[in-house]
Amino acid sequence: MKPSNSRRDFLRISTTSAFVLALGFSSDSRGKQLQKVNAAGVQINPYININESGKVTLFNPRPDMGQGTYQILPMLLAEELDIPLDQVEIQMTDGSDRFGSQLSGGSSSVRTRWIPLRTAGATVREMLVQAAANRWKVSLSDCATKDGFVINKQTQAKLSYGELVEEASHLPVPTKPKLKSFAEFTQLGKPSMRPDVPAKVDGTAIFGMDVQLPGMLYASIVHSPYIYGKVQSYDATKAMAVKGVRFVLKTERVFFHGPYSDSNGFDQKLRGKAEAIAVVSESYWSALKAKKLLQISWNALGFGETATEQYFNQAKAAALNEGNEYKDAKVGDFAKALQLSDYKVQGTYQTPFMSHAPMEPCNATVFVQGDQVEVWAPIQGPDGLVNDLSTYLGVKRENIKVNVTFMGGAFGRKAVSDFVMQAANLSKQVNAPVKLIWTREDDIQQGPYRPGMISAMQGGLDKDGNVLAFEHRLNGASIMASVFKADMRKNPDPWAGEGINLEDSPYAFPARRNSFNWVDPQMPVLWWRSVYASTNVFAQESFIDELAAEGEKDPLDLRLHLLRDAPKFVAVLNKLAEISDYRAKRKQGVSIGISIARSFASIVAHAIVVEKQNAGVKIKHVYSVIDCGFPINPDNIKAQVESNIVYGLSAAVCNQITRSHGKTDQSNFHEYTVLRQGEIPASTIFVMPSQDEPGGVGEPGLPPIAPALCNAVFLATGKRERTLPFDLSSI
Amino acid sequence: MSIYQLTVNKKKHRVDVDSDTPLLWVIRDVIGYTGTKFGCGMGLCGACTVLLNGSPIRSCSTPVSTLKATDKITTIEGLSEKATHPVQEAWVEAQVPQCGYCQSGQILAASALLASNPNPTDEDIDNAMAGNICRCGTYTRMRQAIHSAAKKIQTAKKS
Ligand code: FES
Ligand code: FES
Repeated sequence: MKPSNSRRDFLRISTTSAFVLALGFSSDSRGKQLQKVNAAGVQINPYININESGKVTLFNPRPDMGQGTYQILPMLLAEELDIPLDQVEIQMTDGSDRFGSQLSGGSSSVRTRWIPLRTAGATVREMLVQAAANRWKVSLSDCATKDGFVINKQTQAKLSYGELVEEASHLPVPTKPKLKSFAEFTQLGKPSMRPDVPAKVDGTAIFGMDVQLPGMLYASIVHSPYIYGKVQSYDATKAMAVKGVRFVLKTERVFFHGPYSDSNGFDQKLRGKAEAIAVVSESYWSALKAKKLLQISWNALGFGETATEQYFNQAKAAALNEGNEYKDAKVGDFAKALQLSDYKVQGTYQTPFMSHAPMEPCNATVFVQGDQVEVWAPIQGPDGLVNDLSTYLGVKRENIKVNVTFMGGAFGRKAVSDFVMQAANLSKQVNAPVKLIWTREDDIQQGPYRPGMISAMQGGLDKDGNVLAFEHRLNGASIMASVFKADMRKNPDPWAGEGINLEDSPYAFPARRNSFNWVDPQMPVLWWRSVYASTNVFAQESFIDELAAEGEKDPLDLRLHLLRDAPKFVAVLNKLAEISDYRAKRKQGVSIGISIARSFASIVAHAIVVEKQNAGVKIKHVYSVIDCGFPINPDNIKAQVESNIVYGLSAAVCNQITRSHGKTDQSNFHEYTVLRQGEIPASTIFVMPSQDEPGGVGEPGLPPIAPALCNAVFLATGKRERTLPFDLSSI
Repeated sequence: MSIYQLTVNKKKHRVDVDSDTPLLWVIRDVIGYTGTKFGCGMGLCGACTVLLNGSPIRSCSTPVSTLKATDKITTIEGLSEKATHPVQEAWVEAQVPQCGYCQSGQILAASALLASNPNPTDEDIDNAMAGNICRCGTYTRMRQAIHSAAKKIQTAKKS
């Protein structure tokens, strides 16, 4: 099958209107209650459409950035509806209220939709069965469903869903449809082929970058090199002389949501938006050429001398303060327990700012026509985008139509809509559809970035090496302050403790404390794959090994002991030890390092084998075990772990964002280097069988990768890497 | 602006563009094959890879004026009629693509490798594919898929 938003269908699909049976959430119930939506003309876009010819269309509320939601969410519907996924068409939802939250983020897609989407499928199935039973005048138990048909068990007669849909649409909606048991699943729970893959090997998959509209103009933007700032003056003479250039315009970049106020401790008015200059042209190439000919002088608004070095110094200084305490990690009296300890261990860990650098740079095509707005864009959350555009343009939400394309990667970057608002601003100014494409330089130099963090760790041991006290002080930027303008001076950023709270990190320390000291990064920061778990777990899991070394314990044994009351963690560690042959005697210079973390409701442990070389260290193999609850498509779960290994190792040994004199030092992939073919270790991945509720899959593989590597490097060389990234070849 | 004659996917095209326009934008925005992607614009990532007379080139860094009408340019859309090139089939079997954005370039680079080296070693693969970044990290599956495509091609030759 071809994905429904392959080239030809992409624009046409939006006109689908002849629904016969359509079930959806009504717009006032905000996704809480399933209602019947009767027939053509009703203003509700449901999750399941079946028309009389039998064509089934499933509406997918979670945009795909490579993590596999394009398949998994419709499969939840299809499983309960009893129709193979390759017989249906998949359409992405458009951001309207009736679909509830549509943000792909926080590895939440399946976790939040596991029951609601299956219920939607089961509801429609029961109505179709009832219609068939009525027609055959048999009881419900005489009917079965399979592959888009209702079957009369006595006569073996068959009716297709298309034949029943009209009758079914007049029936009452069952309030408690019966969901399948795990044993009854025919599609969920086994390796399956993703329906978007064929279109991604022949060039027909449509990404935001590929949208073409009649009369469309192309735009490129010169942003402030200081990210924030105003245009002092500019000269467009040379740029306007480039053939094809139609406009050179002042535009802006709006930073995220929320009211602008100065009450949260920083100068929000200066940071709410930045000015920019755009070239709008008949071709993208001419826009790019003209961009380079613009002469602009900037007012940095006080951000002209900011630097990451200075930020990290501030964060290290802040680490001397006790910080605002997290309640979800508090056990006993840390200070007292530390005082009573025989040995005290300290370690300060540093993780850098990071750019997401998805392969597809940010881009958006927008057409603003009076009070009507249509968007085609690679975005993680069409519903949030509708909100943002509505506020920004002063247009009613229902007048904004969003067409979600495939995303060429996102990793959090496309969860905010600054680039879409820019395209909207330009379309409004030039009165034509505008496709705005950020360059890779825009992508890497403009942020928002993952916050760089300082983790100050302290631990106390008794004479036998038992851990008595454990403290993790987070020091750095708050994403909540950046995105939602929250005041973080007196409270710990509630998101920033992820991966190390008691639920995610159930180490049985007799006394424990996590806290947060806010430091202003003076640049926009944002979620980056696995967010704070990526920075927190690096420090936490490295420090566990430091405590093991100090207390002369084996790192696995220490973890097994401290996690003795967390059976799932123990099972994952034991499986990891088994597949990695952890206890095997290794030759001199070869070591195995491990790490385990829970994030986004899934547990992942990695073991990395490294070998000391004449110069540096080589990664030989990565072993991984993931427990993400019921594994819906085990092959995709493996793929996501593979992906996290590569993304996480790149962040550990290659790339970082640094800024000096107010500007980002890196610009493109020669400076923001990433791992390539030939630099990737072989991997062995085990997916734990489980019948628990599904957990996240797109991110949990990342947090434990860097500490597993650093733990292995320490065991092989005696050198403890506390600052990322580090150079493997020069250890 | 000047007129250039190009042969893309066996079809002749006349395009009217500036001489310095990179082939990438001609293919995507003028001719309309959008399978070839923009990733860096500096020859660093390989997302824009196309084949020029069978060899992979970075179309973002190839001005249209450097091409002759007789040059054979192949994009992902022209690699096979119905995605039946052994590399494409192996890619589907191994479920290589994640976001998919880099994959046109990866597949073309892999097909060029196999055309010149029907039985590549891991090291050959490393060298041939090093110019193509995949931020989703599908490298391990690509390696497996290249090996299995090589086998497919050899079996097809024997029979
Ligand atoms: S876009 Fe041409 S190599 Fe990156
Ligand atoms: S599959 Fe996403 S960049 Fe390669």
